[in-house]
Amino acid sequence: MNIENIVIKVLEGKRICDKEALFLYQSNELHQIGSVADIVNKRINKGYAYFILNQHINPTNICINRCKFCAFSRSKGEKGAFELTIEDILNKIRNNANFITEVHIVGGLHPNWKFDYYTEILRQIKKNFPHIKIKAFTAVEIEYFSRISGKSIKDVIITLKENGLEVIPGGGAEILCKGIRNKLCPEKISGKKWLEIHKTAHLLGIKTNATMLYGHIESLKDRVEHMMMIRDLQDETGGFQVFIPLSYHSLNTEIGGKPPSGIDDLMTIAISRIVFDNIPHIKAYWIMLGEKLSQVALLYGADDLEGTVIEEKITHSAGANTSEKLTKEEFIYLIKKAGKIPVERDSTYNIIKLYE
Amino acid sequence: MNNILRINKEKALRLFKKAQLYELGKIADEYRKKLHPEGIVTFVVDRNINYTNVCINKCKFCAYYRDIDSQDAFIINKEQLKQKIQETVNQGGTQILIQGGLHPDIGIDFYINMFKFIKSHFNINIHGLSPPEICYIADKEGLSIKETLLILKNAGIDSIPGGGAEILSDNVRNFISPRKIKTNKWIEVMEQAHKLGIKTTATMMFGSIETPEDIIEHLEIIRNLQDKTEGFTAFIPWTFQPTNTELWKKYKDKINLATAVDYLRVVAISRIYLDNIPNIQASWVTQGLKIAQVSLRFGANDMGSTMIEENVVKAAGVNYRVSKEEIIDAIKACGFKAAQRNTFYKILKIF
Repeated sequence: MNIENIVIKVLEGKRICDKEALFLYQSNELHQIGSVADIVNKRINKGYAYFILNQHINPTNICINRCKFCAFSRSKGEKGAFELTIEDILNKIRNNANFITEVHIVGGLHPNWKFDYYTEILRQIKKNFPHIKIKAFTAVEIEYFSRISGKSIKDVIITLKENGLEVIPGGGAEILCKGIRNKLCPEKISGKKWLEIHKTAHLLGIKTNATMLYGHIESLKDRVEHMMMIRDLQDETGGFQVFIPLSYHSLNTEIGGKPPSGIDDLMTIAISRIVFDNIPHIKAYWIMLGEKLSQVALLYGADDLEGTVIEEKITHSAGANTSEKLTKEEFIYLIKKAGKIPVERDSTYNIIKLYE
Repeated sequence: MNNILRINKEKALRLFKKAQLYELGKIADEYRKKLHPEGIVTFVVDRNINYTNVCINKCKFCAYYRDIDSQDAFIINKEQLKQKIQETVNQGGTQILIQGGLHPDIGIDFYINMFKFIKSHFNINIHGLSPPEICYIADKEGLSIKETLLILKNAGIDSIPGGGAEILSDNVRNFISPRKIKTNKWIEVMEQAHKLGIKTTATMMFGSIETPEDIIEHLEIIRNLQDKTEGFTAFIPWTFQPTNTELWKKYKDKINLATAVDYLRVVAISRIYLDNIPNIQASWVTQGLKIAQVSLRFGANDMGSTMIEENVVKAAGVNYRVSKEEIIDAIKACGFKAAQRNTFYKILKIF
């Protein structure tokens, strides 16, 4: 195996296998791999780089899972634990409702809340702000809803959809490989279950995202295996719209450790772009990478920067020193200075506005 | 000094303006490997000490200066100085960077006293006074630049930081820092210092109103002088930080703020163009650690200083703080060996 042959293969539009992906990763040829990723990116997304005017909302940080990599979650009654009422949530949105097009809602697995509470959140948001799309509840939350409601996964998703859910975010995937999951988040649903839930959503016509939390205890091989599991499912369903590598933040977490380097972050973006010949978008999530590195990532395979966010609690609990919001003007400036075309999108990557 | 190919101004400008980011990165990375094949990335443990924030130059890009009658104007006293240096020494520091404003009431005696005081108490490298300060002292005292440098060297200055270069184009300078010394003065101070055996660094502050041509011209000036003197140890490009500055408040529309992509392009072209300067510093102070790490693959081979204290960039709204351990970890995470160096890039300890 050599890097030139893999590069030729990619440029010919052929799919690379797990061994080849691992070989690229281990080669450390940042710029060569980045250049290939950029070419692939241009073929799929022209010169577009996407952002969305959105808001993140976490209804609660109380969580029965308490994953070892998480600095956000609290137990009920613990200092810093919070629970938002529906009115709290609506008020948060009200402040930004004149410009946002999406709310992103994820939270802890609350020991007492009923499934009805979650559907009520969706219903009230839709009722008060019909123009805003809702991306909500990771596979982990959906499985929990199934347990607390006695409904099947399928019925849970159908109910959520009926109440206004439009897209399912990609969280909770972490690293899908069993061995890593057992050490990292033993309480959380299995990788198999995560895939099953996304498949169910896809078959119901709901688009979803996929993430990968990297830089903690996994190996490069685990990362590639994770990507392969997602690529395989995508071959079956075509329901993933974006792959989002999430760069681990270690502060205040139980497993601790050191963050991935900026070089590792760029390599991971580039290799994701090359591996996922069947997923249209690769997101450089600026909250985790910082807006500076995210901008650079636009030239190493990424085509999406996420959104205005406004309030971010999860990564900031683990020591992120990024701000909690970026403005539309900042996105446009960053994207233009990277030589790409800024595109404001909606939750399912429809173009709202091009800034040429 | 090496087997890398010298490129001319036209080629540099073309590369800088036209090449893809990864193309620039690839070339710069190869140059860095040739110049530093051992795979070591260095840093120095030091503290930035500002002896005064009073400055008559009042550059538009600066958020640090104060008027002499301002509430928070200060001149450092010996107690404070001693304490700051002692803390630096305690943390394994080998260098203090001493810089300050152009204070109308401070003359050469102040500096002589300060440096002698430091040298009588500490065995530490004084990396002090950038060219604008040296010219101001010379003017005030009616001394030549050479005489001033000799006196200061005699008092204890070991090396001179490359500040005040900003962009070495008088068009740019006349706008962003009209009262500051012009290009030829900056060059003269550095040339004289080098001739007297005083090593210096060179900096460039970009991301204000300069053009790509100005940036390449700046590099050309530095390279030409280095051909003559070989007195520069390192080149340090960093970006204009807008918060709280007059330049940003009043002239926002003229400003072309540098993004991370611009920064990496400049680091790369600097590595490629300055084939006679051994070291390129990454600026984690203005870019954060992640981009500083990435810049190690865009030609940089040094993480600069741990900066136990830093006030000037902080005044402009940027506050990335990192510890020595974080710098070591950050270097290692990129696959390099991390080494503490002294002012003259001699390796003191490999981690």
